[in-house]
Amino acid sequence: MDLRFTSEELAFREELRGFIQDHLPNDIRERMRLGYAPRKEDTVCWQRILNQRGWAAFNWPKEYGGPGWTPVQRMIFLEENQLAPAPEVSSFNITMIGPVLIQFGTEEQKHRFLPRAANIDDWWCQGFSEPGAGSDLAALKTAAKRDGDHYVVNGQKIWTSTAHHADWCFCLVRSDPTTKKRQEGISFLLIDMKTPGITVRPIVSIDGSHHLNEVFFDDVKVPVEMLVGEENRGWDVAKYLLGHERTGIARLGKSKERVKFAKEAAHEVRANGKPLIDDPAFRLRVAQLETDIKALEITQFRVVSAYAKKEAGKPDPLSSALKIKGTELLQATTELAMDVGGPLAMPDWAQELEALSNEPELGPAWASEATKSYLFLRAASIYGGTNEIQKNILTKAVLGL
Amino acid sequence: MDFDLTDEQRLLRDSVDRLLADHYGFAQRRDYLAKPEGWSTALWSRYAEQGLLGLPFPEEYGGFGGGAIEIMLVMEAFGRVLALEPYLATVVLSGTALRLAGTEAQKSAILPRVADGSMTLAFAHGERQARYDLTDVFTTVKPTARGWVLDGAKSVVAHGDGADRLIVSARIAGERDDPAGIGLFLVDTKANGVARRSYPMRDGTRAAEISLNGVEIAHDDALGEPGNAMPVIERVVEAGIAASSAEAIGAMEAMHAMTLEYLKTRQQFGKPIGQNQVLQHRAAEMLIAVEQGRSMAMLAAMTVDEPDPAERVHNIAMAKVGVGQASRFVAQNAIQLHGGIGMTEEYAVGHYFRRVMVIEHMFGDPAHHLSRLADQVQ
Repeated sequence: MDLRFTSEELAFREELRGFIQDHLPNDIRERMRLGYAPRKEDTVCWQRILNQRGWAAFNWPKEYGGPGWTPVQRMIFLEENQLAPAPEVSSFNITMIGPVLIQFGTEEQKHRFLPRAANIDDWWCQGFSEPGAGSDLAALKTAAKRDGDHYVVNGQKIWTSTAHHADWCFCLVRSDPTTKKRQEGISFLLIDMKTPGITVRPIVSIDGSHHLNEVFFDDVKVPVEMLVGEENRGWDVAKYLLGHERTGIARLGKSKERVKFAKEAAHEVRANGKPLIDDPAFRLRVAQLETDIKALEITQFRVVSAYAKKEAGKPDPLSSALKIKGTELLQATTELAMDVGGPLAMPDWAQELEALSNEPELGPAWASEATKSYLFLRAASIYGGTNEIQKNILTKAVLGL
Repeated sequence: MDFDLTDEQRLLRDSVDRLLADHYGFAQRRDYLAKPEGWSTALWSRYAEQGLLGLPFPEEYGGFGGGAIEIMLVMEAFGRVLALEPYLATVVLSGTALRLAGTEAQKSAILPRVADGSMTLAFAHGERQARYDLTDVFTTVKPTARGWVLDGAKSVVAHGDGADRLIVSARIAGERDDPAGIGLFLVDTKANGVARRSYPMRDGTRAAEISLNGVEIAHDDALGEPGNAMPVIERVVEAGIAASSAEAIGAMEAMHAMTLEYLKTRQQFGKPIGQNQVLQHRAAEMLIAVEQGRSMAMLAAMTVDEPDPAERVHNIAMAKVGVGQASRFVAQNAIQLHGGIGMTEEYAVGHYFRRVMVIEHMFGDPAHHLSRLADQVQ
């Protein structure tokens, strides 16, 4: 047992750090540091810079345009990118549809979509959840009826992140409504968002942002060559997608970066007549968070190093623990940043700032943004399988209850 | 980054588990507890035969040159069965002090006897007023013509009741809380002026209050440089934290396994209680706590010999916090999920509960170490 990275891994980290330092545009870094969610153009810009270096598709093998990194290298990459702080590469493009096409796609599909996904020439979104099918995904109803050389899709998806930006949607649809088991009769389709019959309606979330959408399909024609895997075997594809190496799921670099920022901000904020950073209660809270981050970091090391040893093996059940603890920490660290802002974190002056750009600043932008992320990240324990579903998974897969 | 055990380490773990499986059933343990010394002298000899008592010592002193990972494996196994023997006191704490500060002569005189099972030791550092402050030492030592004379009292000395020798800390100079001016001394418990009042801890393990009244010892019974022992004491305590953290993980594993078994077998309202989602989720949270705690115990074992003090001290404090909080969560819920039976003396879970409770309050509780970490926040 040894906790240390190898000298190659340390050199690798230095290389990444240097590259990000040199190539991440300053305005993007500064916005990220202040806690703004990356804009579409920020994500596209940074992912293309990374792709030029061959790193955007960080978890793909070399033959498909990825760097062919080891699990440890991938973990280091994610952390360095989050610590910078830089926008994260599109998870829909890179950790979802990419690995799915590499595993199940036809040569034509791989050739057509993979390079564009890596370079984010296509912006992908995920059409899984429906009004009646959230964590219980197999309850989905959106129908795809085969008609000659295409499917006709009718139904509705919901909680579709960034569908309003998206060029393509990978979608689970019910292609056979007569099967006994709900997991059967589902197919995995790639749908061009410009196809007639698709309507995207915004859902404004509690942070005031438009990130989520409803997507309606009304007699949408999808060519049969957009089927991934076998017809009616889409559940296998979805399971692969959801189970595919989830070590990035803890987003520890992000939590670390947020604590670091909150500490910096706490030097500037006064509380009880002294800098907040000197307040014992604040310091205890930080110490507790940093301890929890450390514990999860070691757990993540254990999962990654086990994964590295059994490349094609089943996903580690501990990845559910990573998801639960990682999202709890992410929520706690954004909560910390908001609390550092205090009363100045409560105003919602985003529009005011835009409208009156020549006026003096209303208050620190980071404080307002901290609250925005705090609100937005209430979703972290809901998306990707709620934390309660993760406990169900642990109950079944590990505890045998 | 590597979390695999070597073949030798795997063998070690399996052989300890086998030995304990044969000799540490719950009823057998009750018999050991009822003995005057509160543990099994017969098993102590078996530990010696298997090389456990010399595990961390160099070969020239009858040891096996093992490191913190080997100690972790043994302590985890002890934790799983609630072993009562003075391993932590003798091999880990006192052994570390001797390894780090002992002269050639001291090590040759003592370590081989520890390794062969013929001598037990205790680390007598804590004092009644000191709580968790390592520098709060009132016991005094003065040089005499022939050596040293010790006066003072040591409190809650784990396995101090039966130990053949004590390693006693005493102040040669400086005021209370002064990190300088403290020394470590080897004291034979049969020496004149050593008095012991022994008692069981809440978990049944033995301890003692030790008073030292004009205890005369020889010149070369000083362990390390008198007046400059604080760095050694800190390392001893860190070794204790790493080892006891591993023991706590073993105990947490056992509590979790017991609780799962209970959830699967105990019927209520016509079905196993483990079919209730609220209990399933609690059990899942316990699992996460065990694994997060295990990560921290591994962190402690992997950094306890780290030469860079800043990183070592920081990691050990974090480990103590993480393991302590995890063990409290697991233990409290283990009893809760068992219901009434978990409250009874005749059922094992309460014994595990008390062991991790005692461990949590050794070497500084989570609040103490969290406060130290908070001091470092910048």
